[in-house]
Amino acid sequence: MPVNETFKPTIVAFCCNWCSYAGADLSGTNRLQYPANVKIIRIPCSCRLNPMFILRAFQRGADGVILCGCHPGDCHYTTGNYYARRRMTLLFSLLDYMGIERGRTRVEWVSAAEGAKFAATMNDFTETIIKLGPNRRLEDLRCKTE
Amino acid sequence: MQRIGVFVCWCGSNIAATVDVEKVAQTLAQEPGVVYSTHYQYMCSQAGQEMIQNAIREHRLTGVVICSCSPRMHEATFRKTVEKAGLNPYLLEIANIREHCSWIHKDKLTATEKAVILGRAAIAKVQLNAPLTAGQSPVTKRALVIGGGIAGIQTALDIAEAGFPVDIVEKKPTIGGKMAQIDKTFPTLDCAACILTPKMVDASQNENIDIISYAQVEKVQGFVGSFSVTIRKKARYVDETKCTGCGLCTEKCPQKKVPNEFNLGLDNRRAIYIPFAQAVPKVAAIDPNYCTMLKSGKCGVCAKVCTAGAIDYKQQDQLITREYGAIVVATGFEPIRLDKFDEFAYSQSPDVVTSLEFERLMNAAGPTGGTLLRPSDGSHPHTLVFVQCVGSRCDGGEKGKSYCSKICCMYTAKHAMLIREKYPDTEVYVFYIDVRTPGKNFDEFYRRAVEEYGVHYIKGMVGKVTPQDGKLKVQASDLLGGRQLRIDADMVILAAAIEPDKTARPLATMLTASMDTNDFFTEAHPKLRPVESPTAGIFLSGACQGPKDIPETVAQASAAAAKVIGLLVKDSLTCSPCTAKPDELMCNGCSSCEKVCPYGAITYIDKPFRGPNRTTLIRRVAQVNPAVCQGCGACTVACPSGAMDLQGFSNQQIMAEVDAICR
Repeated sequence: MPVNETFKPTIVAFCCNWCSYAGADLSGTNRLQYPANVKIIRIPCSCRLNPMFILRAFQRGADGVILCGCHPGDCHYTTGNYYARRRMTLLFSLLDYMGIERGRTRVEWVSAAEGAKFAATMNDFTETIIKLGPNRRLEDLRCKTE
Repeated sequence: MQRIGVFVCWCGSNIAATVDVEKVAQTLAQEPGVVYSTHYQYMCSQAGQEMIQNAIREHRLTGVVICSCSPRMHEATFRKTVEKAGLNPYLLEIANIREHCSWIHKDKLTATEKAVILGRAAIAKVQLNAPLTAGQSPVTKRALVIGGGIAGIQTALDIAEAGFPVDIVEKKPTIGGKMAQIDKTFPTLDCAACILTPKMVDASQNENIDIISYAQVEKVQGFVGSFSVTIRKKARYVDETKCTGCGLCTEKCPQKKVPNEFNLGLDNRRAIYIPFAQAVPKVAAIDPNYCTMLKSGKCGVCAKVCTAGAIDYKQQDQLITREYGAIVVATGFEPIRLDKFDEFAYSQSPDVVTSLEFERLMNAAGPTGGTLLRPSDGSHPHTLVFVQCVGSRCDGGEKGKSYCSKICCMYTAKHAMLIREKYPDTEVYVFYIDVRTPGKNFDEFYRRAVEEYGVHYIKGMVGKVTPQDGKLKVQASDLLGGRQLRIDADMVILAAAIEPDKTARPLATMLTASMDTNDFFTEAHPKLRPVESPTAGIFLSGACQGPKDIPETVAQASAAAAKVIGLLVKDSLTCSPCTAKPDELMCNGCSSCEKVCPYGAITYIDKPFRGPNRTTLIRRVAQVNPAVCQGCGACTVACPSGAMDLQGFSNQQIMAEVDAICR
């Protein structure tokens, strides 16, 4: 695979508290491995994800952002994931226009029982990001501390 | 200036084996705002908690970060810990370095590095945490039990005994569920009806229990303590208050060819029917799909013979809306459809039956009056073959279910024993993958079937059943004997896998209760909170949570009732203070937030603000009712002016986490 072996992407995963965060916990409980590049941020519901957070992540040098929520119809707050789906569809096409490839952003539904799916999703997503290489399009170098 | 304390937990070796906890504590001590950093074997132990409390007092901490297991596990524990030391419980953040770090990584360097970053994110967040005070919300002292099988009945009885009103909603015209169809119970062989029907009567006579039969939940609103539920009570075309249950109408109805669902279609009932003799409520119902009066307006025999004048062809579905403090799901199970298992000739021969059908064939109140007869010709069967795991423990789970249905081994042993006892001239074969008998007196029961009753247990699967010349040719392998068997059987009984009731999935959506991939309801914690759903106020009883036998179901039903009682005795509940809050100076009253709120927690008021030159401006601003807001945060993103924020998960807090991770 012609990819940079030393490239260690930074991946931010936003997980809703009720399904996906619990799914991530389950993949831990079952000792299912996925790359350490993935760092999870807990949010109450996928609809809490403000597009601002994703822009901020890319600005600060994230190479990929993934949002995980309850399956459609299973939202703890009934309709939150539908809002999230609409907002992300819009945002991702805008980001694509700005040069953030589609592969760098993803929405995935992971239930509390799908630990295996969570790990598989993160493995797959990390692989995609490694293939895409580092994100330099939105990164604001003034934010770098080093 | 913030004074943050960091506490890194070893969790025995769970964290410490893959994460260098000492290094994590040292590195995090360098973070701005951190004044104290340490590590300990078990932070959740009493010694660990005391350590945290002492540090809060000694170092006058303004925020605490604990690097340990998932916040879903111990967030509540540690909140109490810091509160006891005088710190606001919401000035605490947990970095999940076990489930999200040590357990999924093997390389110590990588895991330590990640743990540091997760710790940093939590430190960044906790700096922006605000002290929050939990509000109170009232509790409606009434419970709803969905499903009137043994699970639902037991839960309702226990709650009613404690003095709280309970409603049972049952989709069928009578309560009783699957247990009412069963003949004998394992491992004691006592009669199911004899132990169930008194409970059904108790439920109907208890003044705290209201049975709403032939009804389904249509809409659920609200949250723990104050649910509002709409129930559709289907038209039974019989006035429940007038019908005496004499059954005259069910004898005179001319429409005789309706498959009897209680006997699983093994015989017929009339268009007007009482499901079985001990039905509760013992009230007739008219099946609108078969009644000629309802279909074409010609007949009316039942109305003529009914001396109570209870028949009402114009009856309509009724919608009942009630308030509840807690909801118990007891929707139970059903056997799977056997369409995909045609190798067993279930659709080709009436002599191939499921175990539940067989249960009816052996039942004294069943279609044959308890005499075992072949459904095809009514003759006495001599050779019977039981096939285990039909649809259970299937690889891949495409054809059947991946799980073990748990009850089949035992009821098959029971069936085999009952046959041999009643008809010693029979030969009974049981084909199995494994015989699983983990339960009190279960293995002894199975051994009795083999040793005392001479049932032939053969390890191996049945490959094919072919109906031929009035016999069923069974081809099977005997794994231990290493040979192929051919048996000419008179009857074949299939132990069909069990799955959750079809109504469970739409119900879960209404309740926002989570389910696993097999549609069984998920419990809040598989070991420590087995009868609660992760959704507050929703409890689980019986086989809706997973395959169970009767004793287990009853135990779980009582456990769920205890949890409900524990909730209903409270006058008010502490609600999470992590609710939305608008900045009134920024809000322009556009209503965007109100439109996306699933709880109707947002209203608007006209409020006076000080304008320039000592004028007063009246502006429309959003108000959030903290008792109703559940803190999803939909409004915070919908707000175009950025006035709405979520306490505990504010924009600034989440962005601080993002920054810390991407640093």
